[in-house]
Amino acid sequence: MGLTDVLSKPGQALGDMVQVTNLDAVVNWGQSYSLWPYPFATACCGIEFMGTACSDNDIARFGAERPSFSPRQADMILVLGTITYKMAPVLREIYDQLSEPKYVISVGACASSGGMFDTYGVVQGIDRFLPVDIYIPGCPPRPEAIMDALLKLQQKVKTQGLENRRQEIKRKIEEINERNRPLIIK
Amino acid sequence: MKEKVETLLNTKLSKYIFKTETVSSNIPTFFIKSEGIVPVVGALKEDPDLKFDFLNDLTAIDWLGKKEPRFEICYLLKSPKNKHSRIMLKVPVEEGEGIPSIVSVFKGANWPEREIFDLFGLEFINHPMMDRIILPDNFQGHPLRKDYPLEGFGQDYLISDLLQIHKED
Amino acid sequence: MAMYEKTASRFKGKFDNLPEGHLLVNLGPSHPATHGILQNVVQLDGERIVEAEAIIGYVHRCFEKLGERYDYNQFLVCTDRMNYVSTPLNNIGWILTVEHLMQIEVPDRVTYVRMIISELSRIMDHIICQGILGVDLGAFSGMLHMFHHRENIYTIIEKLTGARLTTTFCRVGGMERDIYPEFAKEVKMVVKGLRPALDEFNDLLIRNKIFNERTDGIGGISAEDALAYGFSGPNLRATGVDHDVRKDTPYMLYDKVDFDIPVGEDGSVLHRCLVRNEEMYQSLRIIEQLVDSIPEGKYHANLPHAFLPDKQKVYSSMEELIYHFKIIMHGVKVPPGEYYMATEAANGELGFYIVSEGEKSPWRVHVRRPCFWYYQAFPQMVKGGLLADSIATMSSLNVIAGELDC
Repeated sequence: MGLTDVLSKPGQALGDMVQVTNLDAVVNWGQSYSLWPYPFATACCGIEFMGTACSDNDIARFGAERPSFSPRQADMILVLGTITYKMAPVLREIYDQLSEPKYVISVGACASSGGMFDTYGVVQGIDRFLPVDIYIPGCPPRPEAIMDALLKLQQKVKTQGLENRRQEIKRKIEEINERNRPLIIK
Repeated sequence: MKEKVETLLNTKLSKYIFKTETVSSNIPTFFIKSEGIVPVVGALKEDPDLKFDFLNDLTAIDWLGKKEPRFEICYLLKSPKNKHSRIMLKVPVEEGEGIPSIVSVFKGANWPEREIFDLFGLEFINHPMMDRIILPDNFQGHPLRKDYPLEGFGQDYLISDLLQIHKED
Repeated sequence: MAMYEKTASRFKGKFDNLPEGHLLVNLGPSHPATHGILQNVVQLDGERIVEAEAIIGYVHRCFEKLGERYDYNQFLVCTDRMNYVSTPLNNIGWILTVEHLMQIEVPDRVTYVRMIISELSRIMDHIICQGILGVDLGAFSGMLHMFHHRENIYTIIEKLTGARLTTTFCRVGGMERDIYPEFAKEVKMVVKGLRPALDEFNDLLIRNKIFNERTDGIGGISAEDALAYGFSGPNLRATGVDHDVRKDTPYMLYDKVDFDIPVGEDGSVLHRCLVRNEEMYQSLRIIEQLVDSIPEGKYHANLPHAFLPDKQKVYSSMEELIYHFKIIMHGVKVPPGEYYMATEAANGELGFYIVSEGEKSPWRVHVRRPCFWYYQAFPQMVKGGLLADSIATMSSLNVIAGELDC
């Protein structure tokens, strides 16, 4: 029996000790179940995130075990709370420091679109300058909503390969650049 | 309490009184000229009987179109010794005038005066650091004035270097 | 990056010509002590802090300008988001100011419920402050333990108002709906569960020798300095001054209930922690005196021109329909004048200053927020101390960024 015969019928020769699949699926599976968040907590949604991470609603059981406060060691950034014009450069710098592949979840109404604050100081949505993957509505969203978003993101990571991800990010960046082009003051 | 303060102001500091006007408020209000605010606040703090030695609040009001002069700076003082009663001193100023800072009398007036400068545009003389505190450094205008709209004039100049994302990053 | 160049250039006068061996470090706006968005630029000599400067304003959401657009009931949604860990306290402060400006008397039932919810919110705020202080020093389990009880309080508030965090509790003239029948029973159950939990938290964290030695004597401030800076609340009481708005200028029914004011000695981190801990027990004492005797009656004052009528009557009777229309379209009529009222929020004296010209919206709203006044003293409190101690000091001050930038 050659090696190829064994590998094509794993259940028969080696039992359940060996699984055969392709590399992409394994990598995606591993990534999706250990998404370490970087909680960028600005305002009220940060308190709801604390409630999600603590007892009663535990986000660690879904893999987001270690909220890391160093961008280099995190997989996704959770933007929790209102982003003002003074804070926007800081957020952008932190996003640039995250290592690939990185995901952005915008939690709450203020981060997604400015929320109830249509004022002179508040950025009307972080997708003015960042490519966002998931938007969570609510003011603030319940902990169950944040967990639901994490599950959806896990689904997305599992099914999307690396090449598709790169194409998607490129497309999103182009959209943002197109939208912002008339606003640039030369 | 109000009568005692009035007596003190009328006897020793009468040259600093701007006008006597009744304001419908729950706190006795006195109008002081801007050059006299430091002596008046100092006298109210040092007076052994009145002892208004707690600065409760420092803010400003813009009366565009309703009153002359346009701005009023409100100092709210509290006296813990006299059952925590409060008085309000108001200083009417016109745009462009400088007001002496009371940081030498109350240390805690530092940030509120910077906030008034930031949001209204009124400068304080002899302040250790007269800079913007709450708004970004490249902000133009003073938002809490009545002729500044709530939504702003188009605020994208503030993050203009972020709006284009380079693909290599 | 462009922003940090701007920040550094602003301090050229202060941090220019650094002596040999000194380092300028930026404890940036997004830092691990998740106390909100505060930036500190510190000049370090080894591990000791020589000079520090605080930069705020990263969550400026323009509430004072919004106050000139919204009317008196709509501004409640803004007060929710100021001190977002103990929301009902802000709501009650605003509503009391408006009611005093309009000279309205509310029934006793409303006052009892407002006081019970106030004290529960104060407990919520202190739980977060103590828990986060433990987390910053490395003790995570205290916070996990107490959060379960905080969730229980959230459940009561959610049943009463409809939301966990952004409650918009109360309306001008009363509450928006009556309390549900099991309210008193559930509050009593929560109080019964909180006392042993607080004792356990004491044993875990506050009586811990390591915690005591870590926090004793750091971040202190003298009583004269604290009064000069305008401190109030637990931070002032930890320096030995026993000012409390509930006892000095009583409002609601605080002069009829029995409670003590805990006072510290030297204003250090340990004393602030102990003062907040004892305040939680005193709040439980107040709740126990009130919860058994909530009087019967209506849940709002008799104000057809200011309080929205019952929805069933709006659909069936003409008069209520007209009142409903007038209140929604033309707002609540407030007499012209000014009013300043202070209440004791969890951080100190929270004051609202309203200038009204008799129109639908106020002419000027100013919020006297306690965090703004005592955070000015932070550079003085950390000077000469270690860098790690400055993190503990910032945690123990309980600075909420939403309130700081208003």
